[in-house]
Amino acid sequence: MKNNYLFKRFSISMIVFWLIAFSLLPFLFTFLFSFLSEGTHDLSWPLHFTTHSYVQIFNPIYFRIFVRSFELAFVASIICLVLGYPFSYILAKMSERMRTALMFFLIIPFWTSSLIRIYAIIIIIRAKGLLNHLLLWLGIIHHPLQLLYTNTAVMIGLVYSLLPFMILPLYANLEKFDWRLLDAARDLGATGWQKLVKVVIPLTVPGIVAGMLLVLLPAMTMFYIPDILGGSRSILLGNLIKDQFVTANNWPLGSTISVVLTLLMGILLIIYWKVSQGSDRRELL
Amino acid sequence: MAINDNVVEIRNLYKSFQDEEVLTNINLDIKQGEFLTLLGPSGCGKTTLLRLISGFETLSRGSITINGRSVVGVAPEHRHVNMVFQNYALFPHMTVFENIAFGLKCKKVATAEIEDRVAEILRTVKLEKLKNRKPHQLSGGQQQRVAIARAVVNRPLVLLLDEPLSALDYRLRQNMQIELKALQRTLGITFVLVTHDQEEALSMSDRVVVMNDGCIDQVGTPRNVYEKPSSLYVAKFVGETNIFTAEILAVNNKKMQVEIEGLPFTVNNDKDYQVGQKICIVVRPEDLRSWDNTEVDDTAGMIPATVEQVIYKGSTVDLILRTQKTGKRLSATEFFNEDDENLDFKLGESVWVEWMAGWEVVLPYEE
Repeated sequence: MKNNYLFKRFSISMIVFWLIAFSLLPFLFTFLFSFLSEGTHDLSWPLHFTTHSYVQIFNPIYFRIFVRSFELAFVASIICLVLGYPFSYILAKMSERMRTALMFFLIIPFWTSSLIRIYAIIIIIRAKGLLNHLLLWLGIIHHPLQLLYTNTAVMIGLVYSLLPFMILPLYANLEKFDWRLLDAARDLGATGWQKLVKVVIPLTVPGIVAGMLLVLLPAMTMFYIPDILGGSRSILLGNLIKDQFVTANNWPLGSTISVVLTLLMGILLIIYWKVSQGSDRRELL
Repeated sequence: MAINDNVVEIRNLYKSFQDEEVLTNINLDIKQGEFLTLLGPSGCGKTTLLRLISGFETLSRGSITINGRSVVGVAPEHRHVNMVFQNYALFPHMTVFENIAFGLKCKKVATAEIEDRVAEILRTVKLEKLKNRKPHQLSGGQQQRVAIARAVVNRPLVLLLDEPLSALDYRLRQNMQIELKALQRTLGITFVLVTHDQEEALSMSDRVVVMNDGCIDQVGTPRNVYEKPSSLYVAKFVGETNIFTAEILAVNNKKMQVEIEGLPFTVNNDKDYQVGQKICIVVRPEDLRSWDNTEVDDTAGMIPATVEQVIYKGSTVDLILRTQKTGKRLSATEFFNEDDENLDFKLGESVWVEWMAGWEVVLPYEE
């Protein structure tokens, strides 16, 4: 009894410690840095507090970068939704064995570093890559497509990397779907399209929202994908933050952008929380 | 096509699932406006038959016509029938109103007409006040009414109900039986209900279809099925029974002589039984009357038995008896009434058991 109690205390403390050490503290440091003056690299005394970085981010350049990366991330999550929804739907209707197998295939790529997988995409989409060879051979195109170092390449990279984050919450939602409702809808005269639009989609909104958020957030900050696939042309919020830390050496500005991004995401979550109902909320968690 | 009042006609219907036959040679007419019950234990094929009428299953052989038109190959959404599903399958994200309006909206009925028809049916099922609630805010009985309203608002030729009362508790189920029957009368729609509960079947239906292992054993009014079961299976499934087996000793005219518990009895012979044949004699518990020794002078036609258990039920007393000669267990239900106010039976007491000649049911012997 006593041991059990101690173990419980121990495991809970470990989790709390982990969250404080690797989640809360880093965020507090970022928050602190965002109020420091340009050129600060450590927390050595005396610290000069200023809101200069927050004024700086209202520069139209940063605003444009923000809007552009939001656009790109939004389009990426829509593409993920369009691809992921039918996949999750079919998966949820399959037999137990097929589900396990397909889930396995979905997870396998995660065992390789995502950086390596992005480099692998280059091999496929470059001018003399597999994709162009295939399309030329099929006679669909007559000149190789210039995909690499374009926004299309960044989009391909984002969708490829983030698709599982869309599929998993959607599948979790659809797996619990009561298929008898579709029998009922059909009995009442609903066509296939009406069943989808009036019954299936409304009941999977929690999964759709969770998937959109899970794709949207990382898509705005995955700096290595635009770096590798987009060349120098593509600057996203993630690249901006990275550049402030690594290249421009302006840690406070990088921190400020991170804090603002976190706040925006927090606001999005709160809005969803407010408009959703009890059961949908649990779904999101 | 002859004009008749059959809304559904099922002819020589067979249904197999992966080589396993679940329905064998089903022939059934469902009359316009009747309350028909498919009664049988689980696995007898009653739900499959219902799903064949609704179109969710396709038949292997035979034919089904609805309103004189063959519906073989017609999808559920194109049949003029609607179904109330076992767990109601209400749309959880829609209000009561939206649930009921769903079918009409799918058929692109004008908004004003939808409003009128839904309002009308909400009045019929007494749910006007709850029209903006979501299904999870309703009780089981209310959910069931929504499910029925959602189906009948489409004015189906037949309403199919798949064990609609099984999810409710006993008291509510009894109320709903009365309500359902009243609703069916008000609406004038043909109801086909599936149940395994014989009491439910008897109390609500105009006709009962007793099913057994993929076949129809008997179709008849509740009274007919209960009082004149066509087989031992029907007798046992519909109500409680006391079954005596006997050999026919003599036949004359419409009567025959048998020996039950070593005593001579005369029973009706309406099926041309022959001497030497074995038969089963079925007597319902409420047809058995028990007398104690002080109450009878003439014990002719009475079987001596011992009281094993007395179960007082308020309006009746149920007795478990054991016959003295063969030790056969009998159950008897005694009613309090003017000529028998004394129902004070004691355990271990000897009694005389009899029934009114002619109230027994004679059936061919079965193992």
